[in-house]
Amino acid sequence: MSSDAMVIQDAQVGQRPWVDTLHEWVTPVDHKRIGILYVLYALTFLVIAGVEAGIMRIQLMYPHNHFVSPQVFNRMFTMHGTTMIFFVAMPILFGFANYLVPLMIGARDMAFPRLNAFSFWLTALGGILLYFSFVGGSGLYGAGNAPDAGWWAYAPLQSRAFSPGSSSDYWTISLLVSGFGSIGTGVNLIATILCMRCPGMRLSRMPLFAWLSLTMSGLLLLAVTPLSAAQIMLLVDRYLGGHFFDTQAGGSATLWMHFFWIFGHPEVYVLVIPAFAFVSEIIPVFSRKPIFGYPVMVAATVCIGFVSMSVWAHHMFTIGMNSYANSFFAITTMAVGIPTGIKIFNWIGTMWGGRIQFKTPMLFCIGFLFQFLIAGLTGIIQAAAPFDWQLSLSYFVVAHFHYVIVGGILFALFGAFYYWYPKVTGRMMSESLGKLHFWLFVLGFHMTFDVMHIPGLLGMPRRIYTYEPGRGWDTLNLIVSIGAFIQGVAVLVFVANLIISYWKGAKAGNDPWDAWTLEWSVSSPPPAYNFASIPRVASRRPLWDLKHPEDPDSRYE
Amino acid sequence: MASLIIAEAAIFTIFVVAYLYYIGKSLTGPTPSQVLETPIFFTICLLSSSLTIHFAGKFLERGRLAAFLGAWLLTIVLGGLFMYGTASEWYRLIYEHGLTISTNLFGTTYYSLVGLHAFHVTAGLVMLSIVLIFAVAGRVGRDQSARINVLSLYWHFVDAVWVVVFTVVYIIGR
Repeated sequence: MSSDAMVIQDAQVGQRPWVDTLHEWVTPVDHKRIGILYVLYALTFLVIAGVEAGIMRIQLMYPHNHFVSPQVFNRMFTMHGTTMIFFVAMPILFGFANYLVPLMIGARDMAFPRLNAFSFWLTALGGILLYFSFVGGSGLYGAGNAPDAGWWAYAPLQSRAFSPGSSSDYWTISLLVSGFGSIGTGVNLIATILCMRCPGMRLSRMPLFAWLSLTMSGLLLLAVTPLSAAQIMLLVDRYLGGHFFDTQAGGSATLWMHFFWIFGHPEVYVLVIPAFAFVSEIIPVFSRKPIFGYPVMVAATVCIGFVSMSVWAHHMFTIGMNSYANSFFAITTMAVGIPTGIKIFNWIGTMWGGRIQFKTPMLFCIGFLFQFLIAGLTGIIQAAAPFDWQLSLSYFVVAHFHYVIVGGILFALFGAFYYWYPKVTGRMMSESLGKLHFWLFVLGFHMTFDVMHIPGLLGMPRRIYTYEPGRGWDTLNLIVSIGAFIQGVAVLVFVANLIISYWKGAKAGNDPWDAWTLEWSVSSPPPAYNFASIPRVASRRPLWDLKHPEDPDSRYE
Repeated sequence: MASLIIAEAAIFTIFVVAYLYYIGKSLTGPTPSQVLETPIFFTICLLSSSLTIHFAGKFLERGRLAAFLGAWLLTIVLGGLFMYGTASEWYRLIYEHGLTISTNLFGTTYYSLVGLHAFHVTAGLVMLSIVLIFAVAGRVGRDQSARINVLSLYWHFVDAVWVVVFTVVYIIGR
């Protein structure tokens, strides 16, 4: 009877004019729609910023290459960095948090649905503004058409004198606008998680995903706002003739660095904590064991959140701080390794003795574990200030943070795509294409970023548009570039998998992975109001309790 | 609102840090000790508006609408007085002392910090006035009490920020 009703509804959906459908997708307040919009928007920018990376890698393939001019190269690395951080990584993670948090905590929507939509459109506007600079950035001066001061935009490069035209203004305003969007999302997530949990869902029973999203939102509030403040100061400098970062009038270029990195380092954790969240949900399900050390995981996450606020100046060892500051920031930076190590041990503890199923999501999570560990280790290496003086601004640093962002965050994200795609679309993603994607990406990733450490150690500085032959960098750069293109192919396989599976994938059903959190209790895709009746939970694994009434978790809590 | 206040506090912190960092770093005059006068009267206005809005909230909870309206109006008047104070101070600084935002570092940091605060007061006044319009139209009752309290939380925050700004600009800064 109920399936008949479903069929009739589907038929009606098919007959509606496309304008209505479009209208629904432009003005949604439903957290699931907004989540999907975020993800699609971010995937678009992922491709754009990937192309920019490709252009840089073609340019650096051979010494003295003339593929692009130095000016274009500057624009490419600025746009690649800015886009990947602000318009790929953040929105895609917001999208997942938006989609999943209300489902996981048994709520019907976010706390402030309209604020949610507003935040999304602010973020979207920010991205469009940034890319509009290619058209409008030259202003009246005929000077460079896109931001080219690097994604940190250090003073004085971003000042009127060195960045004429409007390109840097587009950069500033777009980050300011999308920053307000991020703050809105942070406020919204915190309110949702703290106030909208279903009955029985105590803080100590929340899925780790929700806990980690909460920590991320807290970091958003404290990390994005300094950037917004600094952007306002920069606008004052550029438009009202202020002197915040104008060294000729007594201002300080260092202050911009401090403000930027007070944002910049917690930002890394804003990105990586959701990646931890994905891994913490996926590994237990595919190891067939509950997460090992739940309270310690929560404590370690919150601890990372706090410590990450006090490590920013490790990006600035080379500017000549005094030895006390250097030691302080070296120590705090190394201290981050402790809670992170705890997390890695807990994930391994979860897998230990489990019946591990090597499905695609799990493969990506295992890749994450290894690569994130190595990324953490090179991070610890650079936390030692004297060593950092040698390596700062070299390709070693570039290799390190790409190891974190690609090897860690992107791998976890791919895992999350394979894991939750059935819930969002109702179709499974193809396992064979998924495995192909995984192995191609692993190959390309290691070719690129393992090798990239070496020219860094040999002294190749970052952000150079070309180099002299015969320094021992030539072959290495060629390998790096080839690896980058293999990654590009792997991403194409992934996109093809997304598209093909949408129409051709096997039907998923409610719970294809035999998982334990609440989002798997509703149909795939979930109905507009998520839960027909608000669920009531008694343990950390509500679906386990449902499936195994003879031995529920709640008995042991 | 509590989350928003945390975020706002972080923004102000950055501006306050910039102000403190640049105290005495200006290469040219005028300096704060030459031109700034302590706006005690207007500070009292703003701080006491925190009290009036608190009482307005209490009156509304008890359903005393006329008292609520009076206290609310008083809050707006006090806030408006404070803005008048800032405006006249800026007028004096610009036309008598020639200090603008681009004159020196003191000008840059002073106008942006005080300006950021004034912007928040203005935003608060706009919200308060909207509530006033609704209240005069008879649309504000006990049901809206929770919302009014959220708004008054914001207003308290703006006042608290002024305490910090006042300390930094008029006491430490001179």
